[in-house]
Amino acid sequence: MNIVLVNLAGIAVIVIIVWWFWMSQPTAQRARTDVIDILVEGGTYTPPRIEVEAGKQVTLRFLRKDASPCAEKVVFDKLGINADLAMGESTDIVVTPPEPGEYIFTCQMQMYRGSLVARREAGTPS
Amino acid sequence: MNTTRLSLSGITCAGCVSRVETALNNVEGVVSASVNLAERTASVEGDVRPDELISAVVGAGYEAAVLRGLDDESEKEAAEMAHYRRLLRKALIGAVVGVPLFVFGMAGLLPELDNTAGRIFWLITGLATLGVLVYSGGHFFTGAFKSARNHNANMDTLIALGTGTAWLFSMVIVAWPEWVPVSAQHAYFEAAAIIIALINFGAALEMRARGKTSEAIKRLIGLQPKTARVIRDGTEMDIAIEDVGLDETIRVRPGERIAVDGVIIEGHSTVDESMLTGEPVPVQKQQGDEVVAGTINKLGSFLFQARRIGKDTVLSQIIEMVRAAQSSKPAIGRLADKVASVFVPTVMIVAVVTFLAWFNFGPAEQGVTLAVVTAMTVLIIACPCALGLATPISIMVGVGKAAEFGILIRNGDALQQTGRLDTIILDKTGTVTEGAPSVTEIIPAGDWSEEQILQWSASAEQGSEHPLAEAIVIAANDRQISLLETERFAAVAGRGVEATVDGKEVLLGNQQLMRERNIDISSIVDAATALTHKAQTPMFVAVAGNAAGIISVADAIKEDSKEAIRRLYDLGLRVVLLTGDNEATAKAVARQVGIDQVFADVLPKDKAEMVASLQQQGQLVGMVGDGINDAPALARADVGFAIGTGTDVAIESADVTLMGGSLHGVSDTIRISRMTVRNIKQNLFGAFIYNTLGIPVAAGVLFPFIGILLNPMIAGGAMAMSSLTVVSNANRLRFLKARS
Repeated sequence: MNIVLVNLAGIAVIVIIVWWFWMSQPTAQRARTDVIDILVEGGTYTPPRIEVEAGKQVTLRFLRKDASPCAEKVVFDKLGINADLAMGESTDIVVTPPEPGEYIFTCQMQMYRGSLVARREAGTPS
Repeated sequence: MNTTRLSLSGITCAGCVSRVETALNNVEGVVSASVNLAERTASVEGDVRPDELISAVVGAGYEAAVLRGLDDESEKEAAEMAHYRRLLRKALIGAVVGVPLFVFGMAGLLPELDNTAGRIFWLITGLATLGVLVYSGGHFFTGAFKSARNHNANMDTLIALGTGTAWLFSMVIVAWPEWVPVSAQHAYFEAAAIIIALINFGAALEMRARGKTSEAIKRLIGLQPKTARVIRDGTEMDIAIEDVGLDETIRVRPGERIAVDGVIIEGHSTVDESMLTGEPVPVQKQQGDEVVAGTINKLGSFLFQARRIGKDTVLSQIIEMVRAAQSSKPAIGRLADKVASVFVPTVMIVAVVTFLAWFNFGPAEQGVTLAVVTAMTVLIIACPCALGLATPISIMVGVGKAAEFGILIRNGDALQQTGRLDTIILDKTGTVTEGAPSVTEIIPAGDWSEEQILQWSASAEQGSEHPLAEAIVIAANDRQISLLETERFAAVAGRGVEATVDGKEVLLGNQQLMRERNIDISSIVDAATALTHKAQTPMFVAVAGNAAGIISVADAIKEDSKEAIRRLYDLGLRVVLLTGDNEATAKAVARQVGIDQVFADVLPKDKAEMVASLQQQGQLVGMVGDGINDAPALARADVGFAIGTGTDVAIESADVTLMGGSLHGVSDTIRISRMTVRNIKQNLFGAFIYNTLGIPVAAGVLFPFIGILLNPMIAGGAMAMSSLTVVSNANRLRFLKARS
């Protein structure tokens, strides 16, 4: 009986890992202003997922409070942006996502991850 | 246009914001000013001196100071040092708890769990280990939790899960030993503590090693002086570099570093530009010449006017470009990125599968313990960092190293492509040659000396603006020959010039001119023909009806072109000379520098097509040009090399900018590229092999065959060392030497 329970629990854990890390997304925070503050701390970007309007310029203000060297760069691969984040300071990165879609930003090693979700403005034809 | 950032004090409300903004906007030259109330900072755009902005803010009743840029390396270094010490301290605390447990455990001196005293000992040990997990490993747990909340998993997740499992499992054994068979009753507190110690220690070492990878950029930043000696209203004063305004007059004394870019308005000197161009010989500078920030004034003293300040100086642009290139990734690293992004959850799944496999099929009496230990070892040994770090860290060192040689590489892709080139097209003028005509040879007739010939011809030509005449006058100046007085000067169309110098008739021109004036040139005419074959333009000189000799002018081949081209051949490249000049000249130059393939009479607009046609033959083509009229060809080529000289770099136009004028830069770039790509491959190979071998071994695949199980502490050590190895391997690139 125990053996069956342990195996079932193991399979459940695998399902949870797949679902939580790959299938589902953090809730996106909709950008209300042109400047969005992003906190870099404890191996994460907060908020991790930001919704913006496609084609519109936004300023992402990264405040780095994480001393790990992993946090020293932020890379927007699709947008060709690489920036150094100075410890304890905020660094502005101005981006204009050209078209709707997801723009992942990561540290150099892809361990810190966040995403910028560009949406078409409501009412504009697709 | 510059952006100046000010930190403000005294502002408390929206009203203050608008008052400060109005005050700043009223300063002449300000294009826009905005105040951030939360940060208490102002950001001002426009060409304006910072002290004017500060006085405007003060005038509005507040206080302000210029926010220094992020380039304050000493501050950054202090912060890094503090972090380094913190990591070492954490490692030490972990070791203090873990190592004695490990040593006494190995010696069999630790109590068993079957008596109360033993259980109390283990309970206390468990609490001490918890202390280690909280103090030395707390950041892994908070990091793991925060990323998990964001549906993300990283290194912290693996470390926290691995050590957390070890601790929890050990506590369960201590609390309920009856749950597992006696033979499997083993607590893993020492493993948890030692793993945490090792990972902190590894991170500290890695940080140290990583600091070295950015040495090149630090050196560039270090070139920027902190102060400048400006002259304001007739008084000289030393001010911070950020406060220097456009058009200000700056004094540079012997041995000083030049603060901003500008033009000399008084005095002369020699300037060492080697840190920007890689060229060791100092350059003569006089009134009207440009000087650039970061270079060192040698013996003279001069005044110059600031023309480019702050982020606009050549040095700042170079720093910016090197920075951007250092953090870009070439195609070779993309696969590693893809793997890294799904790595951690995959490893977690592998750990669960490992647990289940041992639990179900492992030896019955140790099943649970082995299942937990192997799963934990899998979590600990996996190292996505080495994988993710493999490419960027080598690019960082490679691009930085290139910058030290005066080579600016635009991005990682350009770096990777350069090493794979198989054809190099060299533009002739300005690339292989100096780009401007100069006197190359003087052949005297009869008793004449070279100096005399130069003196008479330069005197005759001093009023002319023809490029050939200019070359002769410059040659006379270089040899410090004083010119004679010229009374009459006239150009003879298609023939040359005639002038009356010091009362004597001087003729300077071609064979036809000499014949028409009945000058006997029979003794030197063969020499002239020989010069023509060497792609030079010989001019006969006659003074008072007698032949004096020949002055030969040519666009001289750069001193080191021949050697540099030989190096290109040595690297196995096909070299092609491309020029708009006629075939005879082109071939003569090609012969002298040892190039066997020539495309002559090519119009600038057709250069790009030549590149394309070679590409259609399946060649990967590098084009080297001076960056201005060659722009389309540079853009068309797989890698465009712009040859510039420190001061007027066409930074924007090419994939690779050679700041020094030498062609050696091309083969240097190719060498650096090949070494860097090889380094990346070693790193990627190492990281992939490490993970693909390490994880199965940790999972215990060798156990059924040869009875080997990996100790989780060894896994922790291996993990801690794996990214250090990658960083250290990249650091080897720092020892790369040019021209060997």
